[in-house]
Amino acid sequence: MINNLNILLPEIFLTLSIFSILMIGVFIRKSFNLVFNLSSVIIVITLVMILNLPTQPEKIFLDSFVRDNFSNFFKILILASSLFVLNSSKTFITENKIDKFEYPIIILIAILGMFFMVSSNDLILFYLGLELQSLALYILASIDRDNLRSSESGIKYFVLSALSSGLLLYGCSLLYGFTGSTNFDFIANELDKQNTGAIFAMVFILVGLAFKISAVPFHMWTPDVYEGAPTSITSFFAVVPKVAGLALLIKFMHIPFANILLEWQTIIIFISISSMILGAVAAIIQKNLKRLLAYSSIGHIGYALAGVATGAKSGYESAIVYISIYVVMNIGAFSCLYLMKKDGKYKENISDLSGISKKHPLLAISFLIILFSLAGIPPLGGFFAKFYVFTSVIEHKMYALAIVGLLTTVISAFYYLRIIKTIYFDDSSISFDVAKNKVAQITILISCSFLITFFLYPSLLNNVVNTLLIN
Amino acid sequence: MNFPILSTLIFLPLVSSFFIFLSKDQKNNYSSVYISVFSSLATFVLSLFLWYSLDLNSPDFQFVEEHSWINDFIKFKLGVDGISILFIILTTFITPICIISCINSVKDRVKEFLIAILILETLMIGVFCSLDLVIFYLFFEAGLIPMFIIIGVWGGPKRVYSAFKFFLFTLLGSVLMLVAIIAIYWITGTTDITEIYKIKIPKDYQNLLWLAFFSSFAVKTPMWPVHTWLPDAHVEAPTAGSVILAAILLKMAGYGFLRFSIPMFPVASEFFTPLIYTLSIIAIIYTSLVALMQDDMKKLIAYSSVAHMGYVTLGIFTFTKQGIEGSIFQMISHGLISAALFLCVGVVYDRLHSRLISSYGGLVNYLPKYSFLFLLFALAALGLPGTTGFLGEFLVLTGSFQKNYIVAMLATIGVVLGAAYMLWLTKRVIFGKNVKDEIKKLKDTNKLEILMLTTLAFFIIFFGFYPLPLFETLNVSVDNLILNYEQNLNDLKIVEK
Repeated sequence: MINNLNILLPEIFLTLSIFSILMIGVFIRKSFNLVFNLSSVIIVITLVMILNLPTQPEKIFLDSFVRDNFSNFFKILILASSLFVLNSSKTFITENKIDKFEYPIIILIAILGMFFMVSSNDLILFYLGLELQSLALYILASIDRDNLRSSESGIKYFVLSALSSGLLLYGCSLLYGFTGSTNFDFIANELDKQNTGAIFAMVFILVGLAFKISAVPFHMWTPDVYEGAPTSITSFFAVVPKVAGLALLIKFMHIPFANILLEWQTIIIFISISSMILGAVAAIIQKNLKRLLAYSSIGHIGYALAGVATGAKSGYESAIVYISIYVVMNIGAFSCLYLMKKDGKYKENISDLSGISKKHPLLAISFLIILFSLAGIPPLGGFFAKFYVFTSVIEHKMYALAIVGLLTTVISAFYYLRIIKTIYFDDSSISFDVAKNKVAQITILISCSFLITFFLYPSLLNNVVNTLLIN
Repeated sequence: MNFPILSTLIFLPLVSSFFIFLSKDQKNNYSSVYISVFSSLATFVLSLFLWYSLDLNSPDFQFVEEHSWINDFIKFKLGVDGISILFIILTTFITPICIISCINSVKDRVKEFLIAILILETLMIGVFCSLDLVIFYLFFEAGLIPMFIIIGVWGGPKRVYSAFKFFLFTLLGSVLMLVAIIAIYWITGTTDITEIYKIKIPKDYQNLLWLAFFSSFAVKTPMWPVHTWLPDAHVEAPTAGSVILAAILLKMAGYGFLRFSIPMFPVASEFFTPLIYTLSIIAIIYTSLVALMQDDMKKLIAYSSVAHMGYVTLGIFTFTKQGIEGSIFQMISHGLISAALFLCVGVVYDRLHSRLISSYGGLVNYLPKYSFLFLLFALAALGLPGTTGFLGEFLVLTGSFQKNYIVAMLATIGVVLGAAYMLWLTKRVIFGKNVKDEIKKLKDTNKLEILMLTTLAFFIIFFGFYPLPLFETLNVSVDNLILNYEQNLNDLKIVEK
């Protein structure tokens, strides 16, 4: 047993370091900078640890915790994106006076929760991980506690998320009742179409997970929370929990629910189509960039779910590729928001961008690349994400899903174009302060160069993702 | 020949646009103009070399390059044959002219403009070179981005509306093509078009796939009734943008019909021929009538483009040698003539900042050189024998008479209407007695403008009298296209019996 603990090494390390930097934070005054830098270092060390782990799958704790390529890939994605999100937002955090030392620590706790989510092979562990993550996210949403909108978004998220957790837990208990086990592999063997009770359980669990990844019709919280929370938190919300949530959803569909594919497929197709349509249509009238990105993220989750809806390995893989590219695009988009500062205040309306192409040509071209990529125009990375998803959707002869998906691409292109229009075609009325946030600039550079050069070697991600799922 | 000449051709403008990006802003942006003129001329010379070294007796694709791209799924495959080489030459020939034209007409953000034009050139050459459906789609769609920017940033007063309309119309058409491309991959197991030619797509799928491709090409051609984006885009785009749009971007669709629709879906192509004939005839007659009513010069030429592209689609779907060669010739000729006409409008627009026909009149007394060239291009556009405009229309009509004489007779009405609107335009702009005071102050064409317009005029007349080089290039490839089409059709019909 003790020998096997090295499987858990990253988690153990993360837990212990969270405790120690918490102590540092408590005992040293004005320790935000120290704690912040330490947490970045911890993330990097954990990243290195995971990269050095052996690749063969291993399970411990009565098969409730699994460490395989799948979980490792998502852990790396979670860590890397948190690192970029955290560091690019540091200037923003200090300038907006939310530089409490708890901030980075709570993010680490959320990461720890996600680690258990993606590694879980058991209903109990999965639920614990999910709740650890959600609890951290409630606090993060309302971290700017003197700001009415931030507190409001925190409460809103808490109430709705608690409800969905309740549904999820109810589903888990039903599943246990009807199959007699909490272990995923065991459930997978027990489940079949005759087990009507378990299908109810599946619906409850799907609802809970759909809430966490903000898919329609469980998306109501997203725009308000995105708009209300400070931008640095929003960028975390938009990226990291989505990755973990999607990973968990894929895991549920791939292992415990593999035998009732036809039952859940209909639900996922519905969720996917409605997310794509709502994401495309509702974003058109938005004036606030963060709110717009919220709706766009709903739409993007719809595309990723289209890949999941195929119920096949190739479809899951395309969804994973999609979410990875989505992460890069969103980190870039949010980093651009950190550079929109005028007279010491951060701007977040689309109209604030009018005509910036003359005074800030580099910021403008970055926005251009990221937005066209979000719209899925070739040869940028976003196109390949959509291309892979629709390739596997059409492979499974789901033509209607593919056509709806691609038509919503056209509708959503409209609102991305509207931002580009504001940036390039409108007359200049504003010039932002000189940007001091070097990390955000570097992040944008990395994100844009990834999106531009992706077409040179588009199978890079696929080669990695192909090794994740076992038939 | 191991030297990757096609990749060089494609990426040369892209690389030079990168150098322009790096170059320092100087007074009048000389360095970026020089780099772009030089690189586009180099591309032109390279493409001429490609034409020269192409084996015209072989129907196969030549200079084929293959690189693995997306695993064992899609290859980055390039190649040219007698048909595509002409479009490549057209692209590389028009681009330097556009770049020269913007020295006079673009005053603002010249550097960005040149970058956009060069990136567009890369993508356009890529479209004509690609031998893989996904690569084709990639280049085809990516062209939207620079064109959107060109119309939106440097365009006229209603530029935002036009840019959006252009982008969304084209994207809407193209996404269906993407579905079809992926479907073809799952039906045949490849997206390499040389392989697909051999495999023969089953008859049941052909109609739907053909319609999906048609939705994209019809918007791009543009065919009636989805042509409405074109007049808006042309009117608002800057001169160089209009020239590229009319001369090259529209030709992508005609090329797409030849390269994809006909060889891949012969049964569907035959089945939908009446549809194409009907839409082409409506385009020829209706848009010619609409062109008669325009009071904006650019809009008039834009509608005449729709009419001329009607001949192109008509000719392609006759499946006769005359018809197809005629429509390719018509595309090349329209590329030259419409480019010239838009440049002519650009010349006076730069001086008077009006595109309205009523603002002009009596130019012949004050701008004699300009008037002479304008008259020449107008006559070429209406199909005067001795210019390229005549040969294209003549061959298309010859081809269509063999298939359906009613269609051909209706199409001939378009020739008369074409003469009507072009001559009336010339009468109102160039001649006329009511000369306004502003006109009297105008200066005649300067050296650069003369250079651009006479180059175009030279080729319009040269190929009008001596079209042999073009037809020699086309001959074997078009024969092969028709042969394969008929063979394919027969094979599938035999299977049916």
